[in-house]
Amino acid sequence: MTPQPGGTAPILELVDVGKSFGDLRVIERVSLAVPSGQALGVVGPNGAGKSTLLNVIAGQERASRGSVHLDGADVTRRSPDERCRLGIGRSYQIPRPFTHLTVFENALVAAQYGGRLRGKAAQAAALDALAVAGLLPASNVPSGQLPLLGRKRMEMARALATQPRLLLLDEIAGGLTEAEADELVGTISSLKRTGINIIWIEHVVKALVQVVDRLVCLASGVLIKDGAPDEVLKSEEVLRVYLGSELE
Amino acid sequence: MTTTTQPQTTAGSVRVDRDRGRAMLAVGLALVALVALAAAPYFIGPGITTDWGNLFYLVTLASMWNLLAGYAGMLSVGQQGFIGLGAYGVFVFNDRGVNPYLSAVIAAAVVAAIAFPVSYLAFRLRGGYFAIGTWVIAEVMRQIIVRFESLGAGKGRTISAYTEDPILRKAYTYWLALGVMAVALAAGYALLRSRTGLALQSIRDNEPAAGAVGIRVSRVKRLVFIASAAGCAAAGAVICIRSLGVAQPNEIFGVGYSAIMIFAVVIGGIGTIEGPVVGAVVYYLLDKYFGQSGVWYFVGLGLVAILVTLFLPKGIWGELASRWHLSLLPVGYRTRSTPHPTGWLTARDHRP
Repeated sequence: MTPQPGGTAPILELVDVGKSFGDLRVIERVSLAVPSGQALGVVGPNGAGKSTLLNVIAGQERASRGSVHLDGADVTRRSPDERCRLGIGRSYQIPRPFTHLTVFENALVAAQYGGRLRGKAAQAAALDALAVAGLLPASNVPSGQLPLLGRKRMEMARALATQPRLLLLDEIAGGLTEAEADELVGTISSLKRTGINIIWIEHVVKALVQVVDRLVCLASGVLIKDGAPDEVLKSEEVLRVYLGSELE
Repeated sequence: MTTTTQPQTTAGSVRVDRDRGRAMLAVGLALVALVALAAAPYFIGPGITTDWGNLFYLVTLASMWNLLAGYAGMLSVGQQGFIGLGAYGVFVFNDRGVNPYLSAVIAAAVVAAIAFPVSYLAFRLRGGYFAIGTWVIAEVMRQIIVRFESLGAGKGRTISAYTEDPILRKAYTYWLALGVMAVALAAGYALLRSRTGLALQSIRDNEPAAGAVGIRVSRVKRLVFIASAAGCAAAGAVICIRSLGVAQPNEIFGVGYSAIMIFAVVIGGIGTIEGPVVGAVVYYLLDKYFGQSGVWYFVGLGLVAILVTLFLPKGIWGELASRWHLSLLPVGYRTRSTPHPTGWLTARDHRP
């Protein structure tokens, strides 16, 4: 991708990033620059290394090689909590609620720590994030009692409450009905308009392409295609890794 | 930078409530109780107040273990290490001319300082390994203490300089036990109502996710580990002063204290402030009335533990609180005037 005019640093840049677990190489030499303002979609078959890539960006896994840069600053050696405070918010594919806390408290703790807000400002930010995710009515429900859809929404609300500059979404549309998916697309599109940079991993490609400006396809830890969404989805390489089934 | 877009439901109309009124009321009542208990030695004989001192250190210990396990998810089986150090700390400072009561306070502070490097060792381990690791650390502490000839070298020893008058001595000891308990409970409550309390519970519920929302996980855990060590050390010092010394290092450093703490917290209700107090009272009463029944006492304790875990899995207080929505000491947040929940969300608030 060509850098944005004005020469500002990309919001996220991966330079030659690799991740291995012992002899198992999950990600091999991925280089990727996401200019500020661009929403990036990530597709790829199961086991392609998508979630690992997201972990390497957010810091839950440390890159075995290469470097990760947020807004021009090298964060490769930074801990996940530092990266969060620097502006990376993430959701988990399998929700990880703080089960004994209410939905509001989940968002509040994110606003207080990740967002570095105090008092009323933190409370307001938490409420805003819940409103965006459509969770305000459930504020006082212990998050452990939320059904799956609610937990998925809370993943997003909590990530938003950390006041991210870069929001990483990991398969939040899976299992939604068409109407729910449409609502989610609307929500994420409006987040994008407020200036939050988004990287979204998703199997539900139909939802994904309505939001993202650019799509990359990851297969066996390698970026095999990078470009405009429709172009990537039609490409031979991508159809081949999906065996022509999943994207139809 | 805010994340507001155009929410369907407005966040602006929502008020956040911390139950300040009820918290103040509970704190007020606690203060009244504290004053009444502090005045007790003037009205009640030393036999009874000395017995209450027993309860006070049990409450302290249970609360400290609950802080670790119930709020920070650290299942320690090694708090007896800090209890023992606190008890022996009394000798160290008393021998240098400090009165035993002040020695107890100094010992607690010194043990807190010792807990800091120890936490780096213990935090390398997780879950069950952490539990065993803390036990080993406690054992190492005992082994080190018994090397010192001046500390009785494994045979125990007595406090050399204490208040001569037995009535005064018992009153001072009672006030120390009461003060330690009051500080432990108050500090615990303040911590849990603070921002850090929310972080702690997040760590307990899901450590990786706590890191992902920006919480410095190790730092928060360390704070609690040190606070709990200090509280246990203070309780250990109380135990030492109550019996004018340590009879057996094996006893004060014994894993039995961990068993008592776990028993009281599980019986009372883990992860609540009130639970450990209830559990400590139950243990105190069982010990007082059946403690001399030999082996049947332990059979009975085991039976109580089994029955409570089977039929009251949240503990006595936990069960009462969730059944009647009780909370004497609220720590959470509640939003008011939210619209009615719709469809897929559970409407009822089941939180204790």
